[in-house]
Amino acid sequence: MSLDTDTSQQTAGRWDADAHGWFGGEGAWGGRFMPEALVAALDELTAAWTEAMADKAFTDEFAAALRDYAGLPSPLYHATRLSERVGCRVLLKREDLAHTGAHKIRNVLGQALLTKRMGKKRVIAETGAGQHGVASATAAAYFGLDCTVYMGAVDTRRQALNVARMKLLGSQVVPVETGSATLKDAINEALRDWVANVDHTAYLFGTAAGPHPFPSMVRDFARGIGDEARAQCLAQYGGLPDAVAACVGGGSNAIGMFAAFLEDTDVALYGFEAGGDGVDTPRHAAPIHAGDSGVLHGARTYLMQDEDGQTIESHSISAGLDYPGVGPQHAWLAASGRGTYRPVTDTEAMDALSLLARTEGIIPAIESAHAVAGALRVAEELAAEKGPEATILVNLSGRGDKDMGTVMEYFGLGDDETTTAKGHEK
Amino acid sequence: MSTASAYERARSEGRAALVGYLPAGYPDHDGAVDALKVMVDAGCDVIEIGLPYTDPVMDGPVIQAAAQAALEGGTRTTDVLRTVEAVAATGVPTLVMTYWNPVERYGVEKFAASLADAGGAGLITPDLTPDFAPEWIAAADEHDLDKVFLVSPSSTDERITMTTAECRGFVYATAVMGVTGARTTTSGLAGPLVERTKRLTAQPALPVGVGLGVSNGAQAADVAQFADGVIVGSAFVRTLLDHRDDRAAGLAALRTLTEDLARGVRGG
Ligand SMILES: Cc1ncc(COP(=O)(O)O)c(C=O)c1O
Repeated sequence: MSLDTDTSQQTAGRWDADAHGWFGGEGAWGGRFMPEALVAALDELTAAWTEAMADKAFTDEFAAALRDYAGLPSPLYHATRLSERVGCRVLLKREDLAHTGAHKIRNVLGQALLTKRMGKKRVIAETGAGQHGVASATAAAYFGLDCTVYMGAVDTRRQALNVARMKLLGSQVVPVETGSATLKDAINEALRDWVANVDHTAYLFGTAAGPHPFPSMVRDFARGIGDEARAQCLAQYGGLPDAVAACVGGGSNAIGMFAAFLEDTDVALYGFEAGGDGVDTPRHAAPIHAGDSGVLHGARTYLMQDEDGQTIESHSISAGLDYPGVGPQHAWLAASGRGTYRPVTDTEAMDALSLLARTEGIIPAIESAHAVAGALRVAEELAAEKGPEATILVNLSGRGDKDMGTVMEYFGLGDDETTTAKGHEK
Repeated sequence: MSTASAYERARSEGRAALVGYLPAGYPDHDGAVDALKVMVDAGCDVIEIGLPYTDPVMDGPVIQAAAQAALEGGTRTTDVLRTVEAVAATGVPTLVMTYWNPVERYGVEKFAASLADAGGAGLITPDLTPDFAPEWIAAADEHDLDKVFLVSPSSTDERITMTTAECRGFVYATAVMGVTGARTTTSGLAGPLVERTKRLTAQPALPVGVGLGVSNGAQAADVAQFADGVIVGSAFVRTLLDHRDDRAAGLAALRTLTEDLARGVRGG
């Protein structure tokens, strides 16, 4: 652990976007590559969000919703048996305990509250596995908003349970058949809806990607993760961690965690992307590690694309990480060297999921299992370098309930002969 | 002929220009070229060639379907440039309508050079606004290419002024709030948008083309009353999709539709 000297928890200017949404200087990362038809709405949203964040009535109402409704702050938990295994201290930020099962509730409560403040009555959202869709449907029910969720037709079939949840919560779920019929196409369809209905509709974007202001706004609604964890770490362990780890899909849980530590230069930041079958195969979702810069869904960032700039379909066992792009602030953190981004394969993630279940009694979301898998490797490096006092803080972004179908199939838990799951015995 | 002079000729004939769109590569490379040549022959004054893209957020189901088929058929950026070359050879100003990433990937300056080499007139950029386009603006100026940006009913006055200041060739007014696709009635938003654009632009001679939704001569005649250009896309694409099993019939239907629209821009 390093001694805490810097008590500032604000994101510093250097890491923040400028007024046009550029991270790392004009033209570098982010921006707003969007149809003119949506620019007025994005400007309106930027103004409303900036005003709201400076209004104590808004931030108090947001804080109250997080506390009384979503069950936050989530605890910081010292995973002792896991720590013993790797030889240094592993701390888990328990976002899996939040209402609806993941960090995503923070962002949707923030955006839905903002929607109400803006006087709009309808929200739309995209979803991959359904986690953000369920969170959006939940927030819509909580605030009394009309909600439509776009979901790739491939995903509505894979995630029937979450479709049922959204319907039960009073939302309409629209299967998207176009393109690859997965998350990126659901985003396209939600954008098309937004263009047509922008005067009375807010788009609750599910991650810290997309056009300005979404990467910054979603980060700020999610940054309670890092602010809480940093304070908890100081209070419970008297110092800051040596490293912080999170999984990276679009990047909301990771940036929500990292934001609090950007100025703590002694704290290493690790983001783990979905390596799928391996980054030496075409089947992965690791745009930072294996993609190039380009423009997708309104931002300049790293993305998976072919020689002609056509988007390549991503692949991951984790639906929440199965996205060919990534939020632009991560692109900037990676390009600047402030963050380290590594891929974690399906197999490594599933091994970590099984390990965490057995050693700690926690079944993580498969997304979060990527963070655990990557963090365990870093923990071993830290232990070797600094000994047992080294500390790594891992964001456990969600719980595994939603993934039990995939988990059962992966480990063959439905088979009568199988009594236990072991990572390698697939 | 330049785009501006095609508009100028229409204006001198007391009518609006007819601007026709098809994506490259649908039903295949040659099929698209043949179709575009029919449209030129039957009365389009300006041609827009769509660069098929995996994530076309401004397009409705019809154009999406054709673009996806073109991509599945293996259409590459270089094929789009070949399509431009074949169509521009007819003498009609030929623009490329493209989402931004394929251009960025090709290299902005290199794309501008290749487009100019192919005889292309310029670019229409549905997801690139001038405030995020310094590289493209510089490359277009260098190669003397048209820069067609979009204005929308939701655009503020300031943005209309800013956008039209950066346009060359014409400004594309999206007449409805929504994606591309034929509509049964023309939008009531179009007239006021054209009026605002004309009032707010610092380039009074810049033609205003109106797009999104026009599918027949009567609608074209409506729009021609207040716009300098009538832009038609989905109706042409739909015609090709409807005749996918009989190309000759498709081309004949395309000719009939173009002639109807060409009468429309002349007042009916
Ligand atoms: C539990 C969990 N973690 C992580 C993610 C990935 O999203 P992000 O990178 O925005 O945190 C998801 C997305 O659905 C999720 O459900």
